[in-house]
Amino acid sequence: MAENVTDQRRQEDEAAASSSSPSTPEGLTAPAKGPRFKRDVIFDVEDINVYYGDHKAIRDVTLDLHVNEITALIGPSGCGKSTFIRCLNRMNDLIPSARVDGKIVYHGEDLYGSDIDAVQVRKRIGMVFQKPNPFPKSIYDNIAFGPRVMGMKGDMDEIVERALKRGALWDEVKDRLKTNAFGMSGGQQQRLCIARALATEPDVLLMDEPCSALDPISTGRIEDLMSELKQEYSIVIVTHNMQQAARVSDMTAFFTVELHDEGKSRTGAIVEFDETDKIFTNPEDKRTEDYVTGKFG
Amino acid sequence: MAARAARQTVIPKSTGSDRAFSAFFHALMYGAIGISMLALLTLLYDVARDGVPSISWNFITSFPSRIIPESSGIQSALYGTLFLMVVCATIVVPLGIATAIYLEEYADRTRWWNRLVEVNIQNLAAVPSVVYGILGLAFIVRGPISLGRTVLAGGITLALLVLPVVIIVAREAIRAVPPSIREGSLALGATQWQTIWKQVLPGSIAGIATGVILALSRAIGETAPLLVIGAAVNPRFNPDGLGSAFTALPIQIFAWTQDPNREFVDLAAATIVVMMVLLLLMNSLAIFLRNRYEQKW
Repeated sequence: MAENVTDQRRQEDEAAASSSSPSTPEGLTAPAKGPRFKRDVIFDVEDINVYYGDHKAIRDVTLDLHVNEITALIGPSGCGKSTFIRCLNRMNDLIPSARVDGKIVYHGEDLYGSDIDAVQVRKRIGMVFQKPNPFPKSIYDNIAFGPRVMGMKGDMDEIVERALKRGALWDEVKDRLKTNAFGMSGGQQQRLCIARALATEPDVLLMDEPCSALDPISTGRIEDLMSELKQEYSIVIVTHNMQQAARVSDMTAFFTVELHDEGKSRTGAIVEFDETDKIFTNPEDKRTEDYVTGKFG
Repeated sequence: MAARAARQTVIPKSTGSDRAFSAFFHALMYGAIGISMLALLTLLYDVARDGVPSISWNFITSFPSRIIPESSGIQSALYGTLFLMVVCATIVVPLGIATAIYLEEYADRTRWWNRLVEVNIQNLAAVPSVVYGILGLAFIVRGPISLGRTVLAGGITLALLVLPVVIIVAREAIRAVPPSIREGSLALGATQWQTIWKQVLPGSIAGIATGVILALSRAIGETAPLLVIGAAVNPRFNPDGLGSAFTALPIQIFAWTQDPNREFVDLAAATIVVMMVLLLLMNSLAIFLRNRYEQKW
């Protein structure tokens, strides 16, 4: 089932590439221009609570994420941004003590439904991590890994080239595809990881502080890349860099930490979720204002 | 503000007693190395002096004799050791790696039975080898399995003996693969097994191979368990299959050192030299594999 979907998507993608117009994921209409309420929802998050053992890491997170937008998650350390983003592709499943309560609806389907396989979820929802994590293989094999495990059909050379072009890395590495990815610079490695995530034709790209280990020039390149990728993908990014959130995102969610038991227990919660312009210029909540103006955090 | 204590700005000169103290410990540590090196060299010299004159092609290719030292050799012992090594490796490699994978990648450490297995394996690694011989005699040679005094029984006993070591080394090699590699792979939609097979094992195989070779070189040097399960003494035949009686190099050494005839004792020294060359070769291979193929993360 999922592989059929992939095939269809790739065909559409190839068709889109030949007509050089942005592709649209299967089952979705083109993003609506106009008032917010008309935009297509990709993730409908309702009352998410995440527990690690007895500890509640985040509480009552409710928000809608939209197609072809960049949503930034900001907030102080320990406020549960990373915990939240990892719910969206079920990476928290990997932590034995973690438990997710609540509902995340992805294109109308409950992501945590009993008949949903986390592996299939991750095939549709790609992720880029804080520290570049290339595999100890050639650049080519790094990109080809995802398509291979998915059993994607087609010319692997083409798949690799297309992914590297989307990752804005092709021109730098096209002559050394067979060299080990560990020989690249940090910024190149991170773009490789982005290209690697794009090679499997995902629908959403989750980025968990993708620039925190990079210098400003590499960061700038990745931000430019994100603005381009927005045409084809929906992006969720966790960032500590507020300028970055202001520069690249359409929507911003501000998280905060609530202390319980005299500071021994910390729970993350969402304070405000709105258009990025509003969050940074005219926030509703005093805590948001203090944070974005640098008075706190 | 309270007055601060005057700051010390003069760097104190080092005193003679400081230097003497330092030199003393330096000498002490060199001495410690010297003692162990001296012991090793004395041993090597002593064995080589007695043994090397007896080594010839004839010695390697002849069967042992009880009567004539000059025509006596170690062919059957070499073959026996080779057979044992193959049987032992065939059992210990899949079993050891599979156990290590289970413990590192699948086992939930909050469950008591997994912790019990872990603790047991660590304890088994410290059990004296003669105990494994008794186990082999009671359960493999006789008792429920009743294989008799065969190469197969000897190989299985040695496999049980080194299995805990192989598991421990393989676990360490698997643990050295950073979690970020597993996350990267899983986030691309790879299943847990694909992640283990295509990322974790390739990344740890050099460490595992090194451990297996070192474990095998320990196995072929073991005397006590083979004596207990009843290896043949001075057989004038090679093992011709898994059900055959056998001897091994350490058994041959043991038999010859017991002989009242001084010339046979010299043959024991010659056999020790042969065995040490074999062990050195295996250990060199292990070091070579580690340096050449070990993954730096």
